[in-house]
Amino acid sequence: MATFPANLRYTAEHEWVDDSVPTTIGITDTATEALGDIVYLELPTVGTDIEAGAVIGEVESTKSVSELFSPVSGTVVEVNQAAIDDPSVVNADPYGEGWLMKVQVSAEGELLDAAAYEGLAAG
Amino acid sequence: MTPTSPLLAEHEALGATLTDFAGWQMPLRYTSDIAEHTAVREAAGLFDLSHMGEIAVIGRGAERALDYALVGNLTALAVGRARYSMLCQEDGAVIDDVVVYRLAEERFVVVANASNASVVLEELTARAEGFDAHVVDMSADIALVAVQGPRSLEIVSAVAPGQHKVLDQMPYYASATVRVLGHDVLVSRTGYTGEDGFELYVPNALAVELWRALLEAGRPFGMVPAGLAARDSLRLEAGMPLYGHELDRTTTPFEAGLGRVVKLDKTDDDGAPLAFVGRAALESRKGAQPARVLVGLQGLGRRAARAGYPVVSGTQEGAVVVGSVTSGAPSPTLGYPIALAYVTPEVSAEGTELGVDVRGRAEPVRVVPFPFYRRPQG
Repeated sequence: MATFPANLRYTAEHEWVDDSVPTTIGITDTATEALGDIVYLELPTVGTDIEAGAVIGEVESTKSVSELFSPVSGTVVEVNQAAIDDPSVVNADPYGEGWLMKVQVSAEGELLDAAAYEGLAAG
Repeated sequence: MTPTSPLLAEHEALGATLTDFAGWQMPLRYTSDIAEHTAVREAAGLFDLSHMGEIAVIGRGAERALDYALVGNLTALAVGRARYSMLCQEDGAVIDDVVVYRLAEERFVVVANASNASVVLEELTARAEGFDAHVVDMSADIALVAVQGPRSLEIVSAVAPGQHKVLDQMPYYASATVRVLGHDVLVSRTGYTGEDGFELYVPNALAVELWRALLEAGRPFGMVPAGLAARDSLRLEAGMPLYGHELDRTTTPFEAGLGRVVKLDKTDDDGAPLAFVGRAALESRKGAQPARVLVGLQGLGRRAARAGYPVVSGTQEGAVVVGSVTSGAPSPTLGYPIALAYVTPEVSAEGTELGVDVRGRAEPVRVVPFPFYRRPQG
């Protein structure tokens, strides 16, 4: 069953952000369940300026590929090298060990609270 | 009417992610594509293939009707054996690839892809006209369960007491009526994974009991239920074509590298060349250099080529498109991306370095022979 932690906010494209500084970004378990086993992550490098709503990477599974949309604007300050090396951690723990990157946020994109995202994911 | 596998509730109870396949709700995966794939390579997997079409061709003229309808020589098929064949158009292009079982002198079953089952039924019915044969669609009444993997023999034997020897001695691409759970069941040694395995055809009413018994019997051997995602990556590693990808109505068996299934030498009782649908077109294609050739590609990077991606020659600027990927995925067994692609003959030689345009960036690939994976023998 998909979970929707209440302390996170979400995009309609199935990314999540937390409220820490810098902000941690990942993909939801709704996304990982739809993708299946993730085998390859392409993430921006540290120092890249990203823009909310823009494609900043891709998540490839055995069955498919999906683009990663930035939930925020800002600068990438850290990427999860462990997840790049072994993307299965994103399936196993999408809200924890499977985070993707940390961003110094300058502006937020359109973010949903857990209830709103759950409604969307269920639809 | 939406067709339904009699095992749908079983899949839901197992927590499967379902996918629509030719109108059927079928399990895509139960837990993990890779885990299910690996289980089939190392132990076994249990598949529900009830969406496949089963069409019986019955009668004194059944063998001749099939000789006319299909490109293969079905008169020569011995009772108890199965053969891979194709149903082609007059222009030689493939309507479907099928497995034909000869259950008795005058009784055949044609197993068709789910997406093509109705058109195969239509074509067989039309093509059997004038022969002493009738064509019966049994698809809605029959469930198909496959056990695939190196432990298959032990697992199927466990639900078929006293039948181990029959199963053990069953050659590849053979079938027999085997006593399973107290019922006479059509069992064949066939599959679509590159592993040893069995396929069991049962009436819908027996499907749940059989599924549960196999699941139970297979557990100590490491068998897991496996979905269509694993089935697709397994068949790709084994270099087996998938209709709609490597085969379609613009492709002849020769382009697909499957010219061996076209039996131009089949003859009637007087030794004269036997007419069959597509013969003239296929005769002229045989030996001619096809405009495109199906090749295997090994990805040299990490990103996988996917169906529909362009194959390019020269990964730098000025690259020209030389083909198109038909199937591609990261290979769980081999650990690198693999793909099948149609390319122009000039770039089809083994070892040729090409590129695949993976969403705007050329990824390097090398032409390699397929199957990409062969099971260890012995």
